[in-house]
Amino acid sequence: MELLLVLGVPFAGGIVLGFWGHREFAPELNSGMSLLTFLAAAVLTVHIIAGGPILVWHENFFVDSFNVFLVALTAFVAFTTSLFSRPYMRIELNHGKLSPNRLRLYHSMYQMFTFTMLLALLTNNVGILWVAMEAATLTTVLLVSLYRTPASLEAAWKYFILCGVGLAQALFGTILLYFAAEKVLGAGGSALLWTHLYEVKDQLEPTVLGLAFVFLLVGYGTKVGLAPLHNWLPDAHAEGPTPISAVLSGLLLNVALYAVVRSKVLVEGALGTHFAGHLMMGFGLLSVVVAAFLLSRQKDVKRLFAYSSIEHMGLMTFAFGMGGALATFAAMLHMTVHSLTKSAIFFTVGHAAQKSGTQIMDNIRGLIDSNPTIGWGLMLGSLAILGMPPFGVFASEFMILTVAMHQQPWATPFLLAALGVAFAAIFGKVQPMVFGTATAKRLPHPPALIPVFVHLAIVLLLGLYIPPYLAEWYRQAAQLIG
Amino acid sequence: MNLPFYTQLINLLAALLLLLAFAMLTQRRILSLINLFALQGFVLVLSTLVVAYSTHQSHLYYSALLTLILKVLFLPWIMHRLIHALNVRWDVETLIDIPATMLIGIVLVIFAFNLAAPISQFAGTITKSTLGIATASILLSFLMMITRRKAVSQVIGFLTMENGLFFAATSATYGMPMVVELGIALDVLVGSLIFGVFFFHIRETFESLDIHHLEKLKER
Repeated sequence: MELLLVLGVPFAGGIVLGFWGHREFAPELNSGMSLLTFLAAAVLTVHIIAGGPILVWHENFFVDSFNVFLVALTAFVAFTTSLFSRPYMRIELNHGKLSPNRLRLYHSMYQMFTFTMLLALLTNNVGILWVAMEAATLTTVLLVSLYRTPASLEAAWKYFILCGVGLAQALFGTILLYFAAEKVLGAGGSALLWTHLYEVKDQLEPTVLGLAFVFLLVGYGTKVGLAPLHNWLPDAHAEGPTPISAVLSGLLLNVALYAVVRSKVLVEGALGTHFAGHLMMGFGLLSVVVAAFLLSRQKDVKRLFAYSSIEHMGLMTFAFGMGGALATFAAMLHMTVHSLTKSAIFFTVGHAAQKSGTQIMDNIRGLIDSNPTIGWGLMLGSLAILGMPPFGVFASEFMILTVAMHQQPWATPFLLAALGVAFAAIFGKVQPMVFGTATAKRLPHPPALIPVFVHLAIVLLLGLYIPPYLAEWYRQAAQLIG
Repeated sequence: MNLPFYTQLINLLAALLLLLAFAMLTQRRILSLINLFALQGFVLVLSTLVVAYSTHQSHLYYSALLTLILKVLFLPWIMHRLIHALNVRWDVETLIDIPATMLIGIVLVIFAFNLAAPISQFAGTITKSTLGIATASILLSFLMMITRRKAVSQVIGFLTMENGLFFAATSATYGMPMVVELGIALDVLVGSLIFGVFFFHIRETFESLDIHHLEKLKER
């Protein structure tokens, strides 16, 4: 029942806002829909944690502690982002950056995008997962090109082509997976269901599955933003509206990584080796290093944090690749804190850019004077994302590094060096933006900064103390995929 | 070698598919490119029908019908309308000249057959020998996307890749489950409509559909 609401509310919201998205009350309606989705997801989460995994509607939907954790996170960040987007999009409208019709498109696609992500997470069918990922790409392409500036059109086109080709690889991987599964499970729908596949994973043909995983990793890895397939990501983040940058970084990348992790569990079961994990570690480490060294060359503040997302996604991919209960636990914790921190940063960055009228970092100065809340939000967010204690990112990065030192000692120097370089680059750029001499102007609508501090407070809490039920929940999920 | 009649027929159609993929790779005119795309879709429908008839897989009739409506009739019609509305009938410019593209294409085909060999030995379908061709046509459309400079021909390359994937699914497993195929078809349809809208925006903004205008965002 909650499952129906979790999927139905954003879908209905997409349709309703398709008609009313340009009205005066549309931003509130958008937030209301997202709140309903979040409440439904919260109820669903409580049920799953208490009652164990469920399988509903002819086994087409499957909820266990791993995907319910992402569902809750997705619904929560989608809700807070919709709160942020209320004043943000009104200011954009006042600045004449978009027309009411585009605002309608924005609201409708925002809900549809939430729907496709939740569908990708909840479906039990590998094929439907692919369909939902492709649909998520299509909705976000429209959102990235919302301003119709030359740069945003280019970013959207690049995103479309690169992710389209990437997802075509993932479809080929899915076909190969179906091909192997059909031998064991017989033709028809059940051969693509995760639950059925997991039961027979040791009987699947290893050669075919190994090949399938390469295609799935490259395909979904494009969407995760793994180097060297990350080219679309900074452009799409920089040129789209800021709420979309927040949900792209905070949510969509996680959902794509979820697809990779599910495939990895299956393929490692079939192969009996660490092949899939090693591939993920390689791609992950490469992304961390490449992104860290590109950070210092950025001029645009949203591109800066987009590269930081690549770095963190790489770190998670690396941790999931190492496998084992502790690394998986750390990777999931990192997923949570990264989503919350990165979206909080984008909220502050969005308003800071609106105040200064530019996204170029050299022209954003003295936020602490012109608006202390934005300034402190950005400073604290940056410190959190850089892994400063006592924030949660410190805890998860520390755990990942500890496990890496035990299991893959060769990788630790690279990780440490990359984290150090990232620290120097981001801190060096954020510091003058916050403490320099002020240049900003007033905004026509008061910015919504409560979400920023709610997110940062949760991240701080997770760094100091993980509540026992949350730890238990993560432990269950880690066992499932570890 | 004495193959059953249907297998021979399917192999013939698969060979035609590969030939068409090469023809598209070398075609300079955008209108002919669209016609070739429609023709490739038609061959795909025929081969799906033959597989469906000879193996009694009734759900393949539906996917053949879906392909016919979507890729042979609807999408080419939309594209004809589009290039008429945009008033673009230019010749396609390529990044690499055509003979060199052909040579790369041949290398890709050899690579594809090698890639497909270990997979097709596990296949129990009557179409297993065509898996190599399916992989080859996926790679060839990939090459086409890389070498073309115009937005429209990149999209045709993208759709051709989808054709190749569909053919791979038919030849390896007699098609994906119906619900998945419907979903894929929906995505392709919505995707091409968005592409269509996009063309107008790109043209409005840059007064051309040449994608070298879309190379401004780089690491500086």
